[in-house]
Amino acid sequence: MEKQYETVIGLEVHVELSTESKIFCGCSTKFGGAPNTHTCPVCAGLPGALPVLNKQVVEYALALGLAANCQINQYCKFDRKNYFYPDNPQNYQISQLYLPICHDGYLEIQTAAGPKKIRIHEMHMEEDAGKLIHDEWDDCSLVDYNRSGVPLIEIVSEPDMRNAQEVIAYLEKLRLICQYLGVSDCKLQEGSMRADVNLSVREVGSRELGIRTEMKNLNSFKAIARAIEGERARQIELLEEGRPVIQETRRWDDNKEYSYAMRSKEDAKDYRYFPDPDLPPVRISDQWIAQIRNAQPELQEEKAKRYMEQYELSDYDAGLLTQSRHLSEMFEKTAAICQMPKKAANWYIGETLRLVKEEGIETEEISFSPEHLAELILMTDRGELNNKTAKEVFRMIFTDDVDPMIYAEEKGLKTVLDTGLLEETVAKVLEENPDTVKQYLEGKTKVTGFLVGQIMKQMKGKADPKQVNQLLRQKLQEAEEKA
Amino acid sequence: MSAQRIDDTVMENIEILAKLSMSEDEREEMRTELEKILDYVEKLNELDTENVEAASHIFPLENVFREDEVTNGDAQEEMLANAPVKKEGQYQVPKTV
Repeated sequence: MEKQYETVIGLEVHVELSTESKIFCGCSTKFGGAPNTHTCPVCAGLPGALPVLNKQVVEYALALGLAANCQINQYCKFDRKNYFYPDNPQNYQISQLYLPICHDGYLEIQTAAGPKKIRIHEMHMEEDAGKLIHDEWDDCSLVDYNRSGVPLIEIVSEPDMRNAQEVIAYLEKLRLICQYLGVSDCKLQEGSMRADVNLSVREVGSRELGIRTEMKNLNSFKAIARAIEGERARQIELLEEGRPVIQETRRWDDNKEYSYAMRSKEDAKDYRYFPDPDLPPVRISDQWIAQIRNAQPELQEEKAKRYMEQYELSDYDAGLLTQSRHLSEMFEKTAAICQMPKKAANWYIGETLRLVKEEGIETEEISFSPEHLAELILMTDRGELNNKTAKEVFRMIFTDDVDPMIYAEEKGLKTVLDTGLLEETVAKVLEENPDTVKQYLEGKTKVTGFLVGQIMKQMKGKADPKQVNQLLRQKLQEAEEKA
Repeated sequence: MSAQRIDDTVMENIEILAKLSMSEDEREEMRTELEKILDYVEKLNELDTENVEAASHIFPLENVFREDEVTNGDAQEEMLANAPVKKEGQYQVPKTV
């Protein structure tokens, strides 16, 4: 019988924190500045410079740790991780090895087989490295230290995941928590969330872990899924051929869909960690933890539950609306103004998400004013816009954030509420279609649809269908009585 | 006092980690010096530390923080002033892959 293999995956995720300044100095963390314009002696690693810890970094780490059900090391400190590489100007990275700020937590993910806990081994604070650009012209490398010293939290999971779906569910959960907490925007493409995948395979039923490899350079969920499939296949092939899997770091090439060994034996991992003497230890009081705990915002699950209770939304709808903190905030604003939460929910889940897909943007990039959508909902409710025109106006709100009141007025899209004109038109249409009226009188009530269509056409779509129906029925009834 | 011995494997590893390459003479000189340093530090082992908690910091300081504020501006020119080679606002280094 053919051997059955199981994939065992653990993740090391780095998230870049949304602080204003760097972890150990007052340089800006803004992305995209001219090279080395956000640097100082501390983050450029000049001798004698003294790092001082940014308090916000500790608070973000605590918030994330608490949200991920972690224990807090109330006495924690920083260590130096030594290695030579030009993107690391001190020749050591300030990180935490011996007493990381958080440990032993978990995140619960949804899988096909139901909920599953993914344990978190630890979370620690550290500094990011600079950026190297390879200059083909002069055959050299150029270093920009703007990113050096940007605060990171590294989240190390236990090897609890078994396939790409679980990995992605875990990452999405982590991303959502970070976004809700405001700790990081977690954009994989821009590198503010980076995941290294530790993967090994073993025969189903075996309790021992196989030899694992670590994969880097994964910058989209799709790349992560492909890399997991590719690396699983590569390791199984080796085992089937009776060759060993070598413990090494591999770089995933998403274009070639293959991973390549990255580090040679010469760079054997020996980081010679030792406590950083420049940074005094951090003591976290019970009171400080309580303060962070009390300030935690409502997270996705709680929010979805509240939407179901407060707004009577379905499980599915509440889930969709809370998949992005940004979307949920817009929805809540709109619902509060128009006082029609179900209608507001439908506009966000339906048209908004449809246009997001159509325009190929991220949910986070939706930029219209929630007030404008509320106004649109109110106008539709008052019969000033019919559903079809409302969708047209909404498209303009979505793309150009127009004020629906002004826009509909200017473009003459508002429903004609002049009953005189409508009455005239209804009478005219009935007169022009005597055969249809006859059919109706003979009991074929379905023909009213045709008549409504004719009326709407003559009104150039600017009539409230409800009102049209009402008037039409009234006129037909009169005709019936006459007959 | 008995001299600490640093064997060839350890020497080789240190050279790799420090990214140094040494001649045979230099290596022997370095080995002797490193052994002397170890002997010197060995003196600390004479103390009884059975009931002493390991310390990583010698000053009674804790929770030294700064607020999350940007206090530094653009100092690109000053920062690059001492760079041996620079190009377009960046430090130029040998090709690193």
